[in-house]
Amino acid sequence: MEPISPVARIAEQGQAVDIRVADVTKVFAGSAALHDVNLTVRPGELLALLGPSGSGKTTLLRVIAGLAQADRGQVFFGGSDATRLPVQKRQVGFVFQHYALFKHMSVADNVAYGLKVRERANRPSKSEIQRRVSELLDLVQLSGFDNRFPAQLSGGQRQRVALARALAVEPRVLLLDEPFGALDAKVRKDLRAWLRDIHERTGKTTVFVTHDQDEALELADRVAVLNQGRLEQVGSPDDVQDHPATPFVMTFLGQAARFNAEIRDGRVLVNGKPAPVAAPKSTIGQASLYCRPWHLKPVPAGHGYHQGIVSGIRRLGSMRRIEVSQADGKKLEVEVALVTNLSVGEEIGLDILDGVIFRDG
Amino acid sequence: MSDLSAALALPVSSQQSVVTEKKPIRWLAISIALVFLLLFLVLPLVVVFVEAFRRGLEGFLAAFQEADALAAIRLTMTVAAIAVPLNVVFGLMASWAIAKFEFKGKSLLITLIDLPFSVSPVVSGLIYLLLFGAQGLFGPWLMAHGIKIAFALPGIVLATIFVTFPFVARQLIPLMQEQGTAEEEAALTLGASGWRTFLKVTLPNIKWGLLYGVLLCNARAMGEFGAVSVVSGHIRGLTNTIPLHVEILYNEYNFVAAFAVSSLLAGLALVTLALKSFLEWRHGADLASGTHR
Repeated sequence: MEPISPVARIAEQGQAVDIRVADVTKVFAGSAALHDVNLTVRPGELLALLGPSGSGKTTLLRVIAGLAQADRGQVFFGGSDATRLPVQKRQVGFVFQHYALFKHMSVADNVAYGLKVRERANRPSKSEIQRRVSELLDLVQLSGFDNRFPAQLSGGQRQRVALARALAVEPRVLLLDEPFGALDAKVRKDLRAWLRDIHERTGKTTVFVTHDQDEALELADRVAVLNQGRLEQVGSPDDVQDHPATPFVMTFLGQAARFNAEIRDGRVLVNGKPAPVAAPKSTIGQASLYCRPWHLKPVPAGHGYHQGIVSGIRRLGSMRRIEVSQADGKKLEVEVALVTNLSVGEEIGLDILDGVIFRDG
Repeated sequence: MSDLSAALALPVSSQQSVVTEKKPIRWLAISIALVFLLLFLVLPLVVVFVEAFRRGLEGFLAAFQEADALAAIRLTMTVAAIAVPLNVVFGLMASWAIAKFEFKGKSLLITLIDLPFSVSPVVSGLIYLLLFGAQGLFGPWLMAHGIKIAFALPGIVLATIFVTFPFVARQLIPLMQEQGTAEEEAALTLGASGWRTFLKVTLPNIKWGLLYGVLLCNARAMGEFGAVSVVSGHIRGLTNTIPLHVEILYNEYNFVAAFAVSSLLAGLALVTLALKSFLEWRHGADLASGTHR
């Protein structure tokens, strides 16, 4: 028998709501930081906003939170228009990259802050606040840290306090801006699993911003990929990896080699030879074929679609990656078995097993 | 925080070995600096107190039994009591605006805040005379409505505010810029109002820096001579502040009284210095990059 956790109670307090971003545009000093972004976050979903720096992902999150105003477009929470609601009234839990804990307050006071600032009518009693604070510190595994100050905590602990503080106000949605960005690799990994766990237990609709593909793909129910203020694709981790909508998504989510290709008679041709890649229907003309390292296979020189020279071999987990330099100086990566008889300097051919084709232009 | 100071400690200790000057040269440099400080700072301070007590404690106290001296002390306190709080408010508003918002003309505003540092105090006093004096721009209008600014308390307060304006703002701007806006944003997302956020989040973060600025602002407000001298009109018992009273006493060859009153200002300076050092020692991190002044 499991005791009823405090989290179960938190989850009961409110139904998860959806977030809808409609035609949001924001302009910064002439350049568009967000360009006609349309996005729906499903109730109770954990969604990652993924993109390189400057892609507008943090701006989008701040627009949802009400920390930034969109120049055009609307934001809906659970069907009601929140566009004109000031940040205080949006009931969002926001977690900042650098924690933004109140330096001069103890951990308990930080967590209690959102409850203490409520109007008298809605403010819980002192003992109720105290009880909630210790519940939340329990949830983030920081029981007994009540009287510590932020400066006395590690980065991972600070971020956990920040999350407890955000959850204390029973937000309708939880927004996290690069929550693990300032932490080292080991702590990052631990906190990922832990965030996933908390999300499942609280059931809050959650959006988090990250530039780390692994983090997004491992953690999120769905991933929204942003580039230069535009939404490139929204989909499940499998979706965006297996069926990237644009060349940007393909290359941003991992290693990919690009080959010139041609689509003709319903077939994909690389260097004039048909490749085993399904051609998009009723298209014709120049195209680009993108191949992951495991889409390629080394074959004896003179065979395959392309020729190259092995310029490096390194181990990657249970596989090896070989680096192949092509005649035009471009390098690409090919995945091979751990045991391989290839050696640096050897001339090889490249066979294409699979890939993703995009029409040029 | 503690990892940071540990990381910073490393280069400091290794720096000592980098210094290659020979011992005698180091000693020479230190001695020259010490002698200079003794001659130009400590000696005058000692002279002030020695001269003040030349005729014993009685002679010293006699200087403060004079009605004009008491009036001067009262006036100086009044001026500081008005000018310092006003500059705290102005300084807070200006640094808040500069540190937390982006707007056009921001660098112009920063330059304007520094203006009093680069203008001779006498000139700033003159500006007020040109504006509010009998022959000044607003003089006739003010006279017609029976409002006295020049050669009266309002003029002295205005000149003092002008001269001491940069102290609070200059102290707070770098501090607030360094702290950024994340904590304020966090408070807002948690439902706190703007005013409450300022009181409970912003102010606690800058309180030591603010106190430091107030201290320097107050010292200057009480000690200001040039600007006040121009607008005061030197009316004994009415518009003479402590520094002006000292000058009058000295010009009348009343040296003991002059130095006795001066010792008040010197004492103020010493207290300010002590408090300032204490703040830097105890709350150095919270004063941040602003301490260079």
